[in-house]
Amino acid sequence: MKRNWLSYPYLLWMLLFIFLPLLLVLFYSITVRTEEGISFTMEHFRRFLEPIYLRVLFRSVKLALISTLLCLLLGYPMAMILAGNHFKQKNIMVFLFVVPMWMNFLLRTYAWMTLLEKTGLINTFLSWLGLSPLNLLYTEEAVILGMVYNFLPFMVLPIYSVLSKIDKNLIEAAEDLGADGFTVFRKVIIPLSLPGVISGITMVFMPAVTTFVISRLLGGGQFTLIGNLIEQQFLLVGDWSFGSAISMVMMAVILLSIGVMSKYEKENEGGGLL
Amino acid sequence: MKRFLKKGYAALIYLFLYAPILILIVFSFNASKSRGTWAGFTFNWYLQLFKDRQIMKALSNTMIIAVLSAVIATVIGTAAAIGIHNMKRLKKTIVMNLTYIPVVNPDIVTGLSLMLLFVFSNFQLGFVSLLLAHITFNIPYVILSVMPKLKQLDKHLYEAALDLGATPFEAYRKVILPEIMPGVFTGLLLAFTLSVDDFVISFFTTGSGVSTLSIIIYSMARRGINPKINALSSLLFLTVLLLLIIVNLRMSGENKKKE
Repeated sequence: MKRNWLSYPYLLWMLLFIFLPLLLVLFYSITVRTEEGISFTMEHFRRFLEPIYLRVLFRSVKLALISTLLCLLLGYPMAMILAGNHFKQKNIMVFLFVVPMWMNFLLRTYAWMTLLEKTGLINTFLSWLGLSPLNLLYTEEAVILGMVYNFLPFMVLPIYSVLSKIDKNLIEAAEDLGADGFTVFRKVIIPLSLPGVISGITMVFMPAVTTFVISRLLGGGQFTLIGNLIEQQFLLVGDWSFGSAISMVMMAVILLSIGVMSKYEKENEGGGLL
Repeated sequence: MKRFLKKGYAALIYLFLYAPILILIVFSFNASKSRGTWAGFTFNWYLQLFKDRQIMKALSNTMIIAVLSAVIATVIGTAAAIGIHNMKRLKKTIVMNLTYIPVVNPDIVTGLSLMLLFVFSNFQLGFVSLLLAHITFNIPYVILSVMPKLKQLDKHLYEAALDLGATPFEAYRKVILPEIMPGVFTGLLLAFTLSVDDFVISFFTTGSGVSTLSIIIYSMARRGINPKINALSSLLFLTVLLLLIIVNLRMSGENKKKE
């Protein structure tokens, strides 16, 4: 059945609205408009190498890595608990984990603003205890908290789905062969769950490193991340060339992290060593 | 003891996930504008919410764009999936990899690249550019929901229909389409949800005073806390919860039928 032509509208659409726009980003990032016309330049990328901008990149990667690590530490035990037989209504427990994920992330972030602000619930509680109020909102910790809160389900669900597919006989076999609980966990469960861990890490790190909303709402604009920098260049400063150059850098970071992750996954496909 | 620890840990995580949302809902009924203290029960913020012209306009924009973009993306995406399914292997791999670009690419890059395109081609930023952007990021998700259903399809079904005298068009409409319908429907729902949920891409591709709910929430939240957003959030949360429950019941009902 020859029905290839059915995909032509889609191919045309993608060419026009995905490929062409990305080409424009590339074009803006390597050109400069002078009086004589348009000429090629690497000036915008060179500008990004200035310490202030490198610091922004460093901070974005640092915050994203911290959040990813926290999500992993908090999420792995949770995924194990969900995958085990601790609840009679397992489906409902998993469902309850999915619900917040479907809620608009602006609202999830906003919810923390109302908790953390100076006259918010946490500070009211502290002053009720007779303690002095803390500066919670507009700090680096608040940004990390927002990231962990927003992206925790992205870590838990892939690990959960891998864990719940593990053959129970494998665990029993390991126990029969004399492994204690910790050894089973270290030598059987962790290696088998690695694909889930890797996709969890990717799914948390990527939105965390590109966000500009969480840092704007919970960091109050003092914690410029690479996403904020791009937003400012396009919507405030109007320097499209520099904004495009930063976007290219961001895409490179993303592609690099996907590359590293998929390489890691492949290496572990065979033996599952840890 | 161990069991108790595990349940306790799970309870703490659920508390972490739900406490902010529940507090938000409770305080949407608070008479005082301050979040720290409870000053009595009121529906005032909900009334103000429905009186707010700007928010109501944004709500209708959000819904119109979500419905239109989901329907258009479903039509283009389903046709594309059938076309791609019939391609030779190499071509198929290339096209499917292209399909993943907007899924993997950061939203902010998709958004600003579309903005560059619209401004570059002197296209007025506003309702139409917003709609085009939403269709663009929705199509890949429709394709990705329809493709698995096409793979499950028996190759001989189509040929059998032709042998029995159906024209190719009839064979598609009466045999193939009903078979892949669950995937098409999933794609439609997914596209609708993603469109309602989107903020980043809308933020870059809108203009001339056209807002969606997400954009309104962002611009209000940036200026600080506003009890009207609490009311709006509570309503949206309950809507999402209700939709998810319906979808889940439908799915578990279907599974039971199969058994």
